[in-house]
Amino acid sequence: MKELLKELRERSLQAIAGTDSAEELEALRVQYLGKKGELTAILKQMGKLTADERPVMGQMANEVRAALEETLEKRRKVLAERALELRLAAETLDVTVPGEVHNLGHRHPMYIVLDEIKSIFIGMGFDILEDREVELADYNFTKLNVEEGHPAREWSDTFYFTEDSSILLRTQTSPMQVHAMESRQLPIRIIAPGRVYRKDEVDATHSPMFHQIEGMAIDRGVTMGDLKGTLNEVVKQLYGADTKTRFRPHHFPFTEPSCEMDVQCHKCGGKGCPTCKGEGWIEILGAGMIHPKVLTGCGIDAGVYSGWAFGMGLERLALRRFNISDLRLIFENDVRFLEQF
Amino acid sequence: MLLSRNWLNEFVNLSDVSDHDFSEAMTLSGSKVETVERLDADIHGVVVGKILEMRRHENSDHMWVCRIDVGKGAPVQIVTGAQNQQVGDYVPVCLDGADLPGGKHITAGALRGVESVGMCCSYAELGMDERDWPHSAADGLFILNSDPDLAAAGLNPGDDITKVLGLDDSVVEFEITPNRPDCLSVIGLAREAAATYDRPAAYHTPAVRSVGGDIKAHAAVDIADADLCPRYTARLVKNVVIKPSPLWMRQRLRASGVRPINNIVDITNYVMLEYGQPMHAFDFSCVDGGHIIVRTARPGESIQTLDGKDHALTEKMLCICDEHKPVCVAGVMGGANSEIVGDTAMVLFESANFNGTSVRRTATALGMRTDASSRYEKGLDPQNTIKAVQRACELVELLGAGEVVDGIIDVMPKPLETTVVRLEPEKINALLGTDVSADEMKAILRKLDFELDGDDILVPSWRGDVAHYSDIAEEVARFFGYNNIPITLMRGDTTCGGYTPIQQTELAVGEGCRAMGYDEIITYSFISPGYYDKIRWSADDPRRDSLKILNPLGEDTSIMRTTILPSMLEIVARNYIFRNRSVRLYELGKVYFKRPDGLADEPRILSLGAYGDGIDFYALKGAVETLLNILRVPAVRFVPERGNPSYHPGRCARVFSGDTYLGVLGQIHPLVAENYGVDEDIYCAELEFETLHSLRGATPVYVPLPRFPATTRDLSVVCAEEVTVGDLTECIRANGGAYLEDVRFVGVYRGMPIPPTFKSVTFALTLRAKDQTLTVEHAEETMQAILSALERSHGAVIR
Repeated sequence: MKELLKELRERSLQAIAGTDSAEELEALRVQYLGKKGELTAILKQMGKLTADERPVMGQMANEVRAALEETLEKRRKVLAERALELRLAAETLDVTVPGEVHNLGHRHPMYIVLDEIKSIFIGMGFDILEDREVELADYNFTKLNVEEGHPAREWSDTFYFTEDSSILLRTQTSPMQVHAMESRQLPIRIIAPGRVYRKDEVDATHSPMFHQIEGMAIDRGVTMGDLKGTLNEVVKQLYGADTKTRFRPHHFPFTEPSCEMDVQCHKCGGKGCPTCKGEGWIEILGAGMIHPKVLTGCGIDAGVYSGWAFGMGLERLALRRFNISDLRLIFENDVRFLEQF
Repeated sequence: MLLSRNWLNEFVNLSDVSDHDFSEAMTLSGSKVETVERLDADIHGVVVGKILEMRRHENSDHMWVCRIDVGKGAPVQIVTGAQNQQVGDYVPVCLDGADLPGGKHITAGALRGVESVGMCCSYAELGMDERDWPHSAADGLFILNSDPDLAAAGLNPGDDITKVLGLDDSVVEFEITPNRPDCLSVIGLAREAAATYDRPAAYHTPAVRSVGGDIKAHAAVDIADADLCPRYTARLVKNVVIKPSPLWMRQRLRASGVRPINNIVDITNYVMLEYGQPMHAFDFSCVDGGHIIVRTARPGESIQTLDGKDHALTEKMLCICDEHKPVCVAGVMGGANSEIVGDTAMVLFESANFNGTSVRRTATALGMRTDASSRYEKGLDPQNTIKAVQRACELVELLGAGEVVDGIIDVMPKPLETTVVRLEPEKINALLGTDVSADEMKAILRKLDFELDGDDILVPSWRGDVAHYSDIAEEVARFFGYNNIPITLMRGDTTCGGYTPIQQTELAVGEGCRAMGYDEIITYSFISPGYYDKIRWSADDPRRDSLKILNPLGEDTSIMRTTILPSMLEIVARNYIFRNRSVRLYELGKVYFKRPDGLADEPRILSLGAYGDGIDFYALKGAVETLLNILRVPAVRFVPERGNPSYHPGRCARVFSGDTYLGVLGQIHPLVAENYGVDEDIYCAELEFETLHSLRGATPVYVPLPRFPATTRDLSVVCAEEVTVGDLTECIRANGGAYLEDVRFVGVYRGMPIPPTFKSVTFALTLRAKDQTLTVEHAEETMQAILSALERSHGAVIR
């Protein structure tokens, strides 16, 4: 019996080592360890042994069983690993084949720029105001200190709906300042973007409809230093923290003092190049302290309150931002253009 | 405004300041420099040469071989084809390597076998014309000694031609803001430059000797319209000799962009440039009765202006007239009938002040904006007329152009008043955020020739833009330095800032559209009335009643749209023409409805537009439904719409939330697509944005997840074609009782074995009980209830 066990052990271990599949391995397990297996068959002969031999043989048989089970398990793992490897190899894909991209739509480039500006100002505590485009001349001009006879009021420059020139398409976003001053509680901090209209023929830099954004802050003790501080901050957020700016005197009827703000040319760093037309600086907006006459005209006590305002053209900003050469592209809406942004 | 720096130096010496520094400093003090150009930028290596010898070219019957003294070393040999030179003449010589305007480069070489070290040139080759050199021949070489002023100055071989011809000058182009017409002059800019550099300015008071007589014996001036002509000043010159102006005057005019003509005309232009006061010179013999009358034109009057054009005048146009006719359009251009000509013997100089708006409107109406009108239109200093006319007469005497008659005619119907502004340093500092002392402020104002009487500031007559303390603040800020104002951040009450609810809806809708692949477009708010035809609106459709622009650029942009559809279709069509294979477009844009008060209601419409890439009705409808889901708009219904002329009658629906109309969607009518030249099915939707926003659902409240399993049942029913899926769905929902959780449409089947005109519709139903696992009996009851309702209401029977 000892020989039988020894022979079974050697034979079975050899057979297990030679298996190639889980199925084969299971067949061997049944053959050796199953209820009708060879080990069971040998153990059935235990009865013929003496009382002294039985425990010895019993131990030996258990050792054979344990060795068989361990070897079966090891082999099972090896075979499983091998099978997994084969499966993974078979499932290998060409990862350079393009993926299934979702076609997202695109924000219009001009609104991308507007969104940036809006979020900067919202962070500074400003509200966003919108208002009518068909406007009274009173709001578009008179209350903004643009008197009768001013060239901007001519029919050659402004679109009118009435013969008496009293109703027009707003030529600037500034009438929204007037609406804000007349209707909102002080202090006021608003920006007001929107469509504006001027009688310009379409070309690479002109369009009869375009967009502006206007901003205004009114409170007690607001100074020109505040105007500079706020607009500097905005420009740094738009163009980067190391952006250099400067302010130049300028003229607008509804601000006094008035200024234009330049940023140092990003291309040449201020030395002068074609981008900045050799000036080293690029004009980005007009601003100023709201004219006391305008404040008073809107029912605000100019002796107590002061404020600043700015305005800029959005198309020009977008054109520069995305290096777009022709304004007409903005309103042409060719999807090959739109989908670049 | 073009400014010669040499001319400026006559008033304030800035010859030590580079062009770059000058531009920067002037820009920062408020006179914006656009460009700076050296007059000699294009000319290099050209010197004065003296012709020592000339001989015929051995291989040519017309060329000359000249030996020329060019100052340095031995004389040089130059071959020329010109015939107007003589031995002893001085000519410009382009040496080897010289550059000329137009990028012309000169090198030494041989002409028909004879060496030539360079080229002798004409004034045209130096970029000038016969107006610049009236004494010299236009054909052939520029004989320098033919110009009396050059000859008198002394010509030396080897001298740089740019210096000899006065081209060693820089011309600065300023962008002057409309509130500062005083800076449209050399003196005005000199004042700014002197203040900018804190240097003294030397102004000149014109002195006229005059020869006796009395202007009043010859001439009279009457102003008929004092509002349009606040002042008219005139002087008379007799024994006029018309000839070219001297070189120095021609050079300055040329640098300022004005072509020299003759001494009298040049004097008027010179004074306009120097003083900013437009002048006019009349041939006095053409002024009937010697009587100047400033009045508006009479019906039927006309004039031929100096440029040879005939103009009909209107009663709004101010004219300078004699007793019978207009002789000048006031402030715009003189008449040909009183033009200075070669034999003009007596000249009347006009130096007048006109109403700016009137001049601008007249100039615009006549289509002739001139140097004079562009100055007048900004409103000029009425005190400048005397100085200017005196300067003109002084120049007449200096140039020997005639004899000035004693006396000045100066008509000024209303006396002028000086503007006085109180100096309020605290208010100014509070506005600027600065701490500038009152003395500093006064010093700045004095530099600009404001006078101070205690704390009263007497505003100079040329500063019509200053009337308020904030205007004084700007003057202080300009010379304190805008960039020296301390940068501060705003103090005071904190404001919150943020998007309003409707602005948030706007963002949500845009994001939804883009997530579904729709690109955002921006279209014009104005359209052509013809666009309503293109979308097949009937001629009497009330929506055609649009706000009309009375002065549109053109028909295509002449009315405010009451529908956004044609704007979207224009862009769809344009993309189709560009051969883009498919588009998905959206716009959130306004439409404009007339209001009784003349203004407009301006609601916004969300428009979608698409063609290509498998778009169909259900894909578009899905996009609309997705947007409505994003906004959680409740009780959405789609109702077939057959009557919309712009859409396919069988593929169009109106959308409602309950009974509230939200918009329309569907396939664009094939005839409309044809009108736009699009040979593809186009799908569009128009949704009322403000209504969508008002129906936007509240923030969702959590509903506990079901604890018991659901049962799904498929249900296929056969019904007549006319019965809609919507009818069936509604019926299922209404009769599903407590256990019906969801109805999902699966599909429609037509064909065998379903009889013709019938169809089979399949739904997937989800049934669930809230408090227990649904029993088979309950499920069966529910299905039976639904089935009998379907049969009862729609004749639909289970398949």
